[in-house]
Amino acid sequence: MTKLVAGLRTAAAVSTAKLAAAFSRRLGLGGGTALPGLMAEAVAPGLASRLVAELGRGCLLVTGTNGKTTTARLVRNIVRAAGYSPVHNGAGSNMMRGITAALSEAADPLGRVPQGERRLGVFEVDEATLPEAAEALGPRVIVFTNLFRDQLDRYGEVDSVAALWREALAGLPPAVTVVLNADDPGVASLAEACRGTIVFYGVADTACAVGGLEHAADARWCPACGHEYAYSAVFYGHVGHWACSTCGRSRPAAQVEAVRVEQPAAGPLGVLVTTPVGRLELSLPLIGLYNVYNALAAAAAAVALGVEAAAVQEGVASFTAAFGRQERFEVRGREVQTILAKNPAGLNQVLRALVAESGPKNLLFLLNDDIADGRDVSWIWDVDFEMLAGHTGLLLASGRRAADMALRLKYAGLDPDPVLEGNVERALARALSLTPELGTLYVVPTYTAMLQVRRILARWGRRPQFWEET
Amino acid sequence: MELSLRLAHLYPKQMNLYGDRGNIICLRRRCAARGIELAVDELEVGEPLDPTGCDLVFIGGAQDREQRRVAADLLAAKGEALRQAVDAGVVVLAVCGGYQLLGRYYRPAAGEDLPGLGIFDAWTVHPGPTAKRFIGNVVVRWQGATLVGFENHGGRTFLGAAARPLARVIAGYGNNGRDGTEGAVQANAFGTYLHGSLLPKNPRFADHLIALALARKCGQGELPLLDDALEEQAHAEAVRLAVKKPIFA
Repeated sequence: MTKLVAGLRTAAAVSTAKLAAAFSRRLGLGGGTALPGLMAEAVAPGLASRLVAELGRGCLLVTGTNGKTTTARLVRNIVRAAGYSPVHNGAGSNMMRGITAALSEAADPLGRVPQGERRLGVFEVDEATLPEAAEALGPRVIVFTNLFRDQLDRYGEVDSVAALWREALAGLPPAVTVVLNADDPGVASLAEACRGTIVFYGVADTACAVGGLEHAADARWCPACGHEYAYSAVFYGHVGHWACSTCGRSRPAAQVEAVRVEQPAAGPLGVLVTTPVGRLELSLPLIGLYNVYNALAAAAAAVALGVEAAAVQEGVASFTAAFGRQERFEVRGREVQTILAKNPAGLNQVLRALVAESGPKNLLFLLNDDIADGRDVSWIWDVDFEMLAGHTGLLLASGRRAADMALRLKYAGLDPDPVLEGNVERALARALSLTPELGTLYVVPTYTAMLQVRRILARWGRRPQFWEET
Repeated sequence: MELSLRLAHLYPKQMNLYGDRGNIICLRRRCAARGIELAVDELEVGEPLDPTGCDLVFIGGAQDREQRRVAADLLAAKGEALRQAVDAGVVVLAVCGGYQLLGRYYRPAAGEDLPGLGIFDAWTVHPGPTAKRFIGNVVVRWQGATLVGFENHGGRTFLGAAARPLARVIAGYGNNGRDGTEGAVQANAFGTYLHGSLLPKNPRFADHLIALALARKCGQGELPLLDDALEEQAHAEAVRLAVKKPIFA
């Protein structure tokens, strides 16, 4: 009898979620990605745990400061190429309610998941949600991308995120495989808290190294003994070949490793990777070394899942960027490229990729301070905008904190002076009209500004909105 | 450049929470615009401070871990020199964690008090992990004008008789969320919880610090005005955001 009630409750919750999603789409409120999950959890608490048990291949979680969405999307493509049928929270809602919504979407009205034996959950998880998600979902594999300062007003200090992760890892059964970035000391040192198998990934090709640590480096000190790390190569932020000369801790050997990286100005990225299942030649239609790390994280995740090399290559090759992360639009005879950037390490990587290409860039920076962006905008002062000197054609600042952004650009001493236009739609229109025909406008938004840009471009008749993408 | 000022930046690697560097960038550019060269000496753990060799000192904020490490060095290696510098009228700006370290002590939620330098007659108490953290946009009244910034601190700071508050809270929490004070001033030393970064959006305060340092060095602290239209606009927008009732209080 109780079983029957529980079953009815699950069915009611799934139906609620499906209805809410359909309703939300119909009203044009958005992808219906968080609300349905929230409503379903209200009807049947613990719904995610029950639904995830329907997935024959279990599930995989991806977390970290930067690269979660891209990495999870790459994994999804890879496992699809391997013949699995992924369940994925693709619309960017990475709290429990987003995962519950994705699972409800995959379930039938009775709360069963059809073709369960082929199904694998691939879930992007918010950093602070990881302990809850790991507990509720019982993942086979957890992938960590990197750990940087991000939204200190929301997450607290970088150290508290690391402590949260260590605690979650220490409580996992040994059967869980953990995939770690060997080059990020803050992530690699999570190994000490792991009880099961670890797969490390990293970059071996030191030709990609930069001069030294950026201002945005966060993990400069060995958490064990407190001494400063020495780097034989820095790739970006505090990511590189690190070692502590005092206690002897150092970058672990990586089983999945980029031995050669090619970054042609116009893309795509070419990466030669050694793995336990053989060599991979990956071609990724993105720019920036940080995306090489995302591809490596996904490849390492595939290794942890037991996927074959051919499927990894095929999956990566079939990749298209997640909404707003790196997209190209044709608008009024100009090309618009949007590149999401939401914290100092991420934005530095975007700027580095932009200045690597020759010629002046037309740039529109959009800074918002909603909860999802982080309400504290002081992080822009940790970004090395100074590297844009000599690379800027057009320079515009917009968003809710447009004046803060314009001020940052002014104090970076860039030429021409930044143009300030607070209204995002007007700023886009103005930037487009100032961009020469056949030219490219680079739009660099924070998270909610990226959503605004997508809505505006959709209104102007470009591209479907993101929840219609798969 | 004939005029020059020297700034000692204490612990730029460890005490560099969100945007502290913006204050240095701002001071350097506003000096340069007046033909003043600002030389910056970055002093890390173990490196001594020369109290006669600097006109300005800056110290930012940090996470707890770094702050503990720095506190020991501050007392042992730089404390006496910094006190001498303050007595000699050197201009000091201490933000957030740096402000706390320059007070008399910091009382954590659990464990023993951490001694501070006592440059400010002020002390900070952390009321425990369940107490509300003071996070948000903040606007305060300073010398008939306003200062704007963002605050993010768990500790509550209280001022003794010898310290004057830097400013009065208009919106936000300030020192302790109770008595309406923000920051502390003693001699030419300024402590504050405002970051954001503080100085770029508060050009008058930035110039106030430069002018004090210049007056002490050359006997004359008059600064030519700059075109601060963008600075004032960012300032005004920050005031509006802080005064507006937050959605998630």
